[in-house]
Amino acid sequence: MNETDAPGTVGSAPADADRARRAVAAVWRIESARIVATLTRFVGDVGQAEDLAQEALVEALRQWPVEGVPNNPGAWLTAVAKRRAIDGWRRRERLDERYAAMAHDLERDGAAASDTFWDPDTIDDDILRLIFVSCHPVLSREAQIALTLRIVGGLSSEEIARAFLVPTATIQQRIVRAKKTLAAAKVPFEVPEPNEYAARLASVLQVLYLIFNEGYLPATGEAWVRPDVSAEALRLARMVAGLMRREPEAQSLVALMEFTASRFAARTGRDGTPISLDEQDRSRWDRSQIARGSEALERADRVGRGRGAYGLQAAIAECHAVAASVDDTDWARIVVLYEALGRLAPSPVVDLNRAVAVAMSTGPASALRIVDELVQGGRLAGYAPLPAVRGELLRRLGRTGEARGELETAVRLTGNEQERASLLAKIAGLAASPESGTD
Amino acid sequence: MKYMLIMRSNDAAVEAYENLDFTEVIAAMGAYNESLIKAGVLLAGEGLTDAKEGFVVDFDSTPPVVTDGPYGETKELFNGFWIIQASSPEEAAEWAKRCPLGPGSKLEVRRITELEDFPQDNEWIQKEAGWRAEAEGKLGTPAE
Repeated sequence: MNETDAPGTVGSAPADADRARRAVAAVWRIESARIVATLTRFVGDVGQAEDLAQEALVEALRQWPVEGVPNNPGAWLTAVAKRRAIDGWRRRERLDERYAAMAHDLERDGAAASDTFWDPDTIDDDILRLIFVSCHPVLSREAQIALTLRIVGGLSSEEIARAFLVPTATIQQRIVRAKKTLAAAKVPFEVPEPNEYAARLASVLQVLYLIFNEGYLPATGEAWVRPDVSAEALRLARMVAGLMRREPEAQSLVALMEFTASRFAARTGRDGTPISLDEQDRSRWDRSQIARGSEALERADRVGRGRGAYGLQAAIAECHAVAASVDDTDWARIVVLYEALGRLAPSPVVDLNRAVAVAMSTGPASALRIVDELVQGGRLAGYAPLPAVRGELLRRLGRTGEARGELETAVRLTGNEQERASLLAKIAGLAASPESGTD
Repeated sequence: MKYMLIMRSNDAAVEAYENLDFTEVIAAMGAYNESLIKAGVLLAGEGLTDAKEGFVVDFDSTPPVVTDGPYGETKELFNGFWIIQASSPEEAAEWAKRCPLGPGSKLEVRRITELEDFPQDNEWIQKEAGWRAEAEGKLGTPAE
């Protein structure tokens, strides 16, 4: 790779500058979490640590094209940032004994710190703290997402903005605000106390899952320029799972993402229209990704604390992932998993999905009873899939007239063109063979 | 994007490798793999046994001829690989540079084709998708 990534060669052509910028960006993506975590421990504040790290990054962009990439680029960036911090304290005449000691240590260790620069145990704990702080409940969900991608994932504001289809300035503001909020709330650089650990962990996992789902949104005209934000969410989830081997839900989230992502290639047609699970070409599912999902779910199960909401969803996704076809799917097992999920995390949408699984495993009559309860409950009023499912069940029961009414309601409610077309085709099918649906 | 890091070493490197303290080699590779796992980028990886156990199917003639090693004129032996997730070729290069290998060894870094790299309406591409489905995920992540 000497020709392509050693920017030490002379020349300031735009191509060289771009090459250097990409080399710096690559190092940053790999090292940012460790660098910011280390600096936060040094200066005591995530926001300031991130600012210092960004200054070091600017310095790298200036120096590396001329002097070459240092042997230990992460240590170099950290040392430069620490020196900046000390310069700042000096300027503000706050170089008290503590900082004098730090400065002394730094000068003694030197910028080109040895390979022992990172103490693996300390740095793991610090990265974990960084993740918890980025997803802290004093921050809005949007701020948590932006901060996590920026300081844990190492994405630039531009990349985050492209991923979320918003202006770069919006992301920059969110990050600035998030840093100010963390400072104002005096959020400590610590892993949460036991009494709040579960809720804080849930927040971290939810942030990662939201980022993942952002990338899963149906393709739009601009989709091709969006960075692969789902892949990044999956990488971060693997990172968190690696730091929390004893947390089954962290492993399960990885499993759920792997199973979901394994269907990415099959989820849309050539023209970009979404294809529903039962109509996807399963030969296009990524088998090695499915295997990784199963391994992650096994890791979760091996902890021996049972399955949580992510574990149950992952198990449902696995049932689909390993089935050769819709008919080959273990629907009875999916029903049981949905029952458990519905008790752990009650939701009418989960109940509707359970009804579909019941229809597949024991038939439309018992599924219709669940759907009718949902209709009476009224919590899914205006939700197109409800009449769509009910219409399909009635069609299978041979109650053609009622089926038509439900499917027509679904057509009126859906905002998805593909879904509308498929519903209209179903209605047309009713007219062609009014008494055919008796399965 | 997915990249394959293909490890190749010449005879001298293989010999030097055999003279190293095995536990140190294992520890260095273990630490490297751990860093890949902790960064969430490791998708798969395997090391290969001694090339003497391998054999060659040579397509210079028809039908192809099966010969025992050694590999004729090949001076660099393929002895292992990693598959990693990286957002750019530079990031893949940065990971490759961190691998604990010495003189005489090389890592060739290649981007893995996705089905999207090919015209989707080709009959053989469609069939390959089918074969891949049947292969049932032989490339899982290595056991921890």
